[in-house]
Amino acid sequence: MLQYIPAGDAAIIIRAGNDISIETHYQVRRLVIAIEQLRIPGLLDIVPAYSDVMVHYDPSITNFNALLELLKQTSHHADAIELVPPSVLQVPVLYGSEYGPDLTEVAAKNKLSELEVIRIHSSVDYLVYMLGFTPGFCYLGGLNQMIATERRQNPRLKISAGSVGIAGNQTGIYPTESPGGWQIIGQTPLKIFNPGIEPYFLARAGDFIRFIPIDKVEFLRIRNELDQGKYQVQKLKKQ
Amino acid sequence: MNTGIVIIESAGLLSTIQDAGRYGYQRYGMPVSGAMDMYSLQLANMLVGNLPGEACIEATFTGPSIRFGHSAKFAVCGANMQPYVSGQQVHNYSVIEVKSGDLLHFEGLKSGCRAYIAFAGGINIPLVMGSKSTNLRSAVGGFNGRALKNGDVLEFGQSYRKPRLYAIPDELLVNYDSEEPLRIIPGPEIKMFGFDAIQNLLTTAYVVTPQSDRMGYRLHGEPLKHTEGKAGGIISSGIPMGTIQVPGNGQPIIMMADRQTTGGYARIAIVASIELTRVAQLKPGNSIRFREIRVEEAQQLFAKRQNMLNTLFSKG
Repeated sequence: MLQYIPAGDAAIIIRAGNDISIETHYQVRRLVIAIEQLRIPGLLDIVPAYSDVMVHYDPSITNFNALLELLKQTSHHADAIELVPPSVLQVPVLYGSEYGPDLTEVAAKNKLSELEVIRIHSSVDYLVYMLGFTPGFCYLGGLNQMIATERRQNPRLKISAGSVGIAGNQTGIYPTESPGGWQIIGQTPLKIFNPGIEPYFLARAGDFIRFIPIDKVEFLRIRNELDQGKYQVQKLKKQ
Repeated sequence: MNTGIVIIESAGLLSTIQDAGRYGYQRYGMPVSGAMDMYSLQLANMLVGNLPGEACIEATFTGPSIRFGHSAKFAVCGANMQPYVSGQQVHNYSVIEVKSGDLLHFEGLKSGCRAYIAFAGGINIPLVMGSKSTNLRSAVGGFNGRALKNGDVLEFGQSYRKPRLYAIPDELLVNYDSEEPLRIIPGPEIKMFGFDAIQNLLTTAYVVTPQSDRMGYRLHGEPLKHTEGKAGGIISSGIPMGTIQVPGNGQPIIMMADRQTTGGYARIAIVASIELTRVAQLKPGNSIRFREIRVEEAQQLFAKRQNMLNTLFSKG
């Protein structure tokens, strides 16, 4: 059952569940599509999260009760929506060395070799549950528990954009240069967030991400192609 | 009137370019940004004949000094920083005409915290993801993604509409020194808090701490204890402007224009939209109180004020 909850006088939450699960995620995605199809007057933004969707609106154009009536149509509507098979974005990663300074530690803490960590990390299609925290940051699901590693004791002051890390049972990519405590195991040459050129964001909620191990030659080649606007991110259809 | 330039001779403490905000990208984690005090931004724009959501300079605490390279019309709304043009005092909430070579400067903050300077014709800078607003944290939008610096040159656009009104009537002005409690709407996680917490929120005063900026205001006062053991954590969910979220230490934070798009702290209440202009004008050290209001009432008040504005400026 969907719940409709006011979040102040300019937003409403449509809650699909109370958990982080694939089923709830699919329901959230269906809701987003259903809401987009409604063409709500005064709609400002639709923000999907793990288990709910927030609709931001202009309260001088519409109001909670009018919106509630309109949104309730989505509950019937959403169930009938068939989701298209998601894309699996192929994200090349240069693991280890100065690009992934914590690979050694992640391997040691999990009693694995560095190559085993790379193999495990790059053999999963990670689901992008949602984006948030910073522009372009993807909350990914699917990390193998064998390589789950606690955050670093001493966070780094500067982590390069594109760094791929592990924190507890999460893995993720830093969209921009920032401080942080994640265990950095590699770096992608791709731009996760690029405010200058469309598409501004590499991924969207519902996509999958597959990390592809590359060497330094390949890393530099992709960087170079990106700079010249020649590189196309590889996308496969999820089976 | 033609386009022209202004030179930022002194930028002031924090002056950024902001408009009505960057909507449509929150699902990618991109903060909305935009004016902290959207009401004042609108008033300033409407005075000079701009669209209400056009970009302005948002000045914080101390105003900038601005040299006009061409004749222009501008208006200042929001905080009273005592504007002067070439040595002559001018007034907030009115259309001011200047000629080439004139200097706008501010003598000092008298009330509020943030002033909005609108130029007739708007500010000609590129849209980034549909908005001219500056998001400092991710260096996006506005003037090269950063706050204005001494020596920056801004171009104002061609004004296409004469001002309809040369000053804002008193009844539309907001008293920033009012001690009236801020009206808030119970939030989605209100039930995560016990009676004591809600009692504290609605009957005791909270002080705006120096850890307050365009992302949010950290408040200090009687702690708001969660009844459930999870230290206030929820499954990450959206955050409207004005959300009062409560982390594990029980000290509330009001989320403002540059807030994150989603967060994992319990949302005890959300400030009514009509009050955001007062919140935007708070300074560290200010003491505030809260009082509950229903969603429907909050929306009626907001729509009423917005309609008044529209009517006022559609005349003539």
